[in-house]
Amino acid sequence: MACIEARGLRKAFGKTIALDGVDLRVEDGRILGIIGPNGAGKTTALNAILGLTPYQGELRVLGRDPWAERDRLMRDVCFIADVAVLPRWIRVSQVLDYVAGVHPRFDRAKAEGFLAKTTIQHTSKVRELSKGMVTQLHLAIVMAIDARLLVLDEPTLGLDILYRKQFYDSLLNDYFDRNRTILVATHQVEEIQHVFTDLIFINHGRIVFSCSMEEIESRYMEVMVHPDRVAAARALKPMSERQVFGRSVLLFDGGDRQQLGALGDVRTPSVADLFVAVMGKQGHAQGAAS
Amino acid sequence: MNTPSNAMPESAMDRQPITPAAAATAPPRPFYWSVRRELWENRYIYMAPVGVAALFLFAHLIGTIHLPAQMRQLSGVDPEKYREAILRPYNTAAGFLMGAYILVSIFYCADALHGERRDRSILFWKSLPVSDLTTVLAKASIPFLILPLLTFALTLVLQFMILLLSSAVLLGSGLSVGSLWAHLPVVQMSLLMLYHIVTVHALWPAPVYCWLLLVSGWARRAAFLWAALPVLAIAGVERIAFHTQYFASLVAYRLVGYTAPMSSMPADVFPTDPMTHITPGHFLFSPGLWIGLAVAVAFLAAAVRLRRHQGPA
Repeated sequence: MACIEARGLRKAFGKTIALDGVDLRVEDGRILGIIGPNGAGKTTALNAILGLTPYQGELRVLGRDPWAERDRLMRDVCFIADVAVLPRWIRVSQVLDYVAGVHPRFDRAKAEGFLAKTTIQHTSKVRELSKGMVTQLHLAIVMAIDARLLVLDEPTLGLDILYRKQFYDSLLNDYFDRNRTILVATHQVEEIQHVFTDLIFINHGRIVFSCSMEEIESRYMEVMVHPDRVAAARALKPMSERQVFGRSVLLFDGGDRQQLGALGDVRTPSVADLFVAVMGKQGHAQGAAS
Repeated sequence: MNTPSNAMPESAMDRQPITPAAAATAPPRPFYWSVRRELWENRYIYMAPVGVAALFLFAHLIGTIHLPAQMRQLSGVDPEKYREAILRPYNTAAGFLMGAYILVSIFYCADALHGERRDRSILFWKSLPVSDLTTVLAKASIPFLILPLLTFALTLVLQFMILLLSSAVLLGSGLSVGSLWAHLPVVQMSLLMLYHIVTVHALWPAPVYCWLLLVSGWARRAAFLWAALPVLAIAGVERIAFHTQYFASLVAYRLVGYTAPMSSMPADVFPTDPMTHITPGHFLFSPGLWIGLAVAVAFLAAAVRLRRHQGPA
């Protein structure tokens, strides 16, 4: 059984179609990056998976119907919906008490251990903590829950680079193992693309691109073409072309590595460049990835 | 997406598989902790009544200066008046605390399901295995369980302290406390008070509290206004169009409390003799109570349904 199985997932808000027939299958133990422009349907898709919004179509998360069984599902699923959703009035000790009181899979000692590495005091209220510290607190709680699926929707939005890096480092080093599945929707692709095992691009409520990271490495090539070979390179039908420091950079989907190597320097494209290329091909490149 | 991956981060390779959740911990108690959460967030639920009690005690302390003179003056008059005069501070104390109960309930209910959407923390609460039903019931328990019990306990404590204070003052001025204690039916008084709190202030106005809870879960802002406006609108239309006031008096009747069985009492005296004034049968079999409770349950069910669909306001 896959961790997440969606078939023909559909959701409309009035006349706006947020999800337009999404098919998705995520196996256990993957780290899936969900990339898309604002309003593409990322958050709606995650909300459907978390049982926060009703939907049409078929959806199974850990074998359950999220909308019908949200509270039961939340024993095995964790999410950080956004930065700063911890109530501002709560004390650190109270939030630990509460989660320990309601969650059968919460390991309080573990959370205390994570917090001991920070400067967060147990007597502090959330409103007294900086934005970065609130995220540290939330992450400490989430990592102390023995969940099978973790969903992160823009978890590091508005944090400085140090906190962002620390966030993903602790997630990988202290939390992730091959039995857990993590979904991350984010705009800040550059920093965390090394974290993903799989990637989907979503636009206008549809999945427009779906690929594993190693497939990207073997399949997509970006060539910084020698100025006198541009015409020859263009003849090979690149996905996209852009100019960097006056030189043409062409992105190819498949192709012979040796042949391309003769045209210029070949490397694996960054996720952001791939995103822009895919969106450009779609003719909907109005939103950028980063 | 389902191909096995070798691109797994290094650190993940040597990690242990998921161990079973710490089985040593106590079983989860979502309802209990959800009520605790309400008390953490809204400390006024107990601070306001305690404050009212403290203020009342302070005022009474000043008032006891006149007590010895008052007792001497009263010793000659007719026993019914004497009894009434002795009971008055205890009834007033209970009255003030019940007033605090009503105010706190209304204030709390009008914000209960709104606050968590306003500060977006609903996204945190919903990330935990606590059902919408549990959350809404925990919130409803404040006006229906926590506040009645708190009001009852606090009134008992306050009345006891007034009694001690009065006794000390009387003893200090060389008067006997015997007649004071003899005229206070302590057990009957507290039983009747509990009955009064539960029936008049919890069960009877239940639809009002539940309506406020429901609107607080629906309104994007100014929940109290949204709760009050339709009532005013319906009452206004009825008055202008039909020259009647059924709806207005219906709502007022719910707000002020169930008074029918106690109509034989003088309005300003809290009834103290259960044997003559309590008529539970009359109250328990009145269709008004059951219609009201049914409406309250319907409002609560709607609030649960609504919370399921609601995200941040």
